[in-house]
Amino acid sequence: MPEIAIQTSELGKSYNLGLSRRGYGTLRESLVEAARGSVGRLTGRSREQSEGDTLWALRDLSLTIREGEVVGLIGHNGAGKSTLLKILSRIVEPTTGWADVTGRAGSLLEVGTGFHPELTGRENIFLNGAILGMRRAEIRNRFDEIVAFADIERFLDTPVKRYSSGMSVRLAFAVAAHLEPEILLVDEVLAVGDAAFQRKSMGKMNEVAKEGRTVIFVSHNLAILQALCERGVLLERGGMVADAPVNEAIDSYLRSLEVAAGMDLLERTDRDNRGWQHSRVRRVEIHESGGGTADVVVAGRPATIAIELTEILPRTECRLTILNSLGHPVATLDSEVSAPADVRADDLGPRIECTVEELPLLPGRYRIDVLLKGNRQIQDGLQAAAFFDVEPGILRERPTPIAGADGDVVLPHAWHLPS
Amino acid sequence: MEQMTATRPAERDETAVAETIRLEPTSGFSRVLSPRELWRYRDLAFQIAARDVTVRYRQTALGAAWAVLQPVGFMIVFSLFFGRLAGVSSDGLPYALFSLAALVPWTYFANAVLLGSESLVSNNALVSKIYFPRIFMPAGVLAAGLVDITISFAILIVVVLVYGIVPPIAILMVPVLIVIMIATALGVSSALAALNVRFRDVKYVIPFAIQMWLFISPVAYPSSLIAEPWRTISAINPMVGVVEGFRWAVLGAGSAPWELIGISAVSALVLLVAGLAYFDRVERRFADYI
Repeated sequence: MPEIAIQTSELGKSYNLGLSRRGYGTLRESLVEAARGSVGRLTGRSREQSEGDTLWALRDLSLTIREGEVVGLIGHNGAGKSTLLKILSRIVEPTTGWADVTGRAGSLLEVGTGFHPELTGRENIFLNGAILGMRRAEIRNRFDEIVAFADIERFLDTPVKRYSSGMSVRLAFAVAAHLEPEILLVDEVLAVGDAAFQRKSMGKMNEVAKEGRTVIFVSHNLAILQALCERGVLLERGGMVADAPVNEAIDSYLRSLEVAAGMDLLERTDRDNRGWQHSRVRRVEIHESGGGTADVVVAGRPATIAIELTEILPRTECRLTILNSLGHPVATLDSEVSAPADVRADDLGPRIECTVEELPLLPGRYRIDVLLKGNRQIQDGLQAAAFFDVEPGILRERPTPIAGADGDVVLPHAWHLPS
Repeated sequence: MEQMTATRPAERDETAVAETIRLEPTSGFSRVLSPRELWRYRDLAFQIAARDVTVRYRQTALGAAWAVLQPVGFMIVFSLFFGRLAGVSSDGLPYALFSLAALVPWTYFANAVLLGSESLVSNNALVSKIYFPRIFMPAGVLAAGLVDITISFAILIVVVLVYGIVPPIAILMVPVLIVIMIATALGVSSALAALNVRFRDVKYVIPFAIQMWLFISPVAYPSSLIAEPWRTISAINPMVGVVEGFRWAVLGAGSAPWELIGISAVSALVLLVAGLAYFDRVERRFADYI
């Protein structure tokens, strides 16, 4: 049996909500707090106060990962996936328990983190390589490979600020791809960049996964996890609820998503942590326009997605993402990209509606992620705010394929065939 | 097992035994003062310092001229207002020379504290995404500043020679004075950088505090203006020993201020230890707050 690469025991991480929630405090606040704290101590009331403000991002996690395993971390927002990666990459320290990491662990960072625009490509390769944990000699050995992979020979001595975005993406990925830590931690990086870059990085990840290196992936894209990982660890509210072959873990995750969608949305705690929550999403529902059963729609027929809010804020905007059953995004509907058909009026109350004239989806099960903005800020965000089933129908007089069709969408189309 | 080894890239086999690092809650002094950890990340330390130097000289239109303009500009203003108008004594030296000899170390110190205390916050993308000994950020600023002070020190020597003064043998003390100054700057800027992560309003206090520090240091005036025993006591401010030491070492002014340098050295050491100790205590939580 291969050696153990990562072992954790009762690993936990708590955050003090009062201070970390909206970023940093000010000195004045802290002094006031300190004063209140000492008064509290005198009156014996400070204890309960501080207890209530603690959030356990990760709790009692005991996990063993062997060399060469490729593990996917699955879970809702705030389930503790990123916290676990941060602990393993030593960015944050656990509050309880311990983790043993054998071998050099490296994170695949978002593209461009650690790039300095004023430095040339050459200088950035060395800087970024060092940031990713490579020795100087190692970078020198691989320098030509990196440059060739990124295809930037001619611009090596040009400051990166003059690079096109494509060039800097290529360079960043080239450096990261040639980093060879024993343990690779990947947090949702495959979701950035253009399609070509995503393909390239998927390919590289596949290669890495097959090389016998230990890899831990975090991604909301279940299809990617399914393709790359053997083992899935499902986290929920900081604790591990499943540790199984990746398909089983994904299944339990999907079931838990459905349970969550059935809950009162206001009670859910897995909200987007960027949201100010002055207004929150109360309910999301999809039905056939002008009536029909909730959360069942027919392909090719008009459908309306209704979002109920707790509050109307100035400049309310909404962004909906429709995802297939594997968590792969199918379409994004964004009110910030406006069209003449959009209506702005207060007649609906604290409610937003979005209508799709002819629903171009293949029969199957889909979910909706919602992001709410107001006052020019993100207010609230929920994944899997609703699930719905699309039933077979007729789009522009052509029946939708019933089963076995590839893809997620139906396109209105016409053929010209020999008779 | 055999198959596994075969598929692994060849060069990994050179690193014979992979090290196991235990990650657990720590307390006390564990990180900054661990030479092992600093050594492990030495390449990154070098790259950060190199970046700071390169960026500093590339981003600015005047480049290296900045290193000279700042102390020289202050010298002119001080000479006019303190030397001419207010008639501040300069221990019998030409006032311009007198103030420049102090402004060269002072400019380094002020910039190091100002930039060093911002270094963690301005690099928050790195601090929140990768691990490295955080002390590299303020320390990198100090290292980068050494290029500045080398240039401005060379100019100082040129000016001294132009005035017809031959620097005394005591000039060999300059590296010692610079070490005292770096210790002070590292202690102060690492503590301020750490505070800045928790309390962003620290940033507004720092320029003000540096100005105050300028006036309590004998940069524009000689410390001989202060009556004893206060003159000696004032050396608790390490910049008193550094500044007076510079004048003595470069210009040969007066007698050796050993007692000032001695007190300042001790005080610098205390500041360094206290600053690093505070930094070390809070370092583990930077990523939680930044």
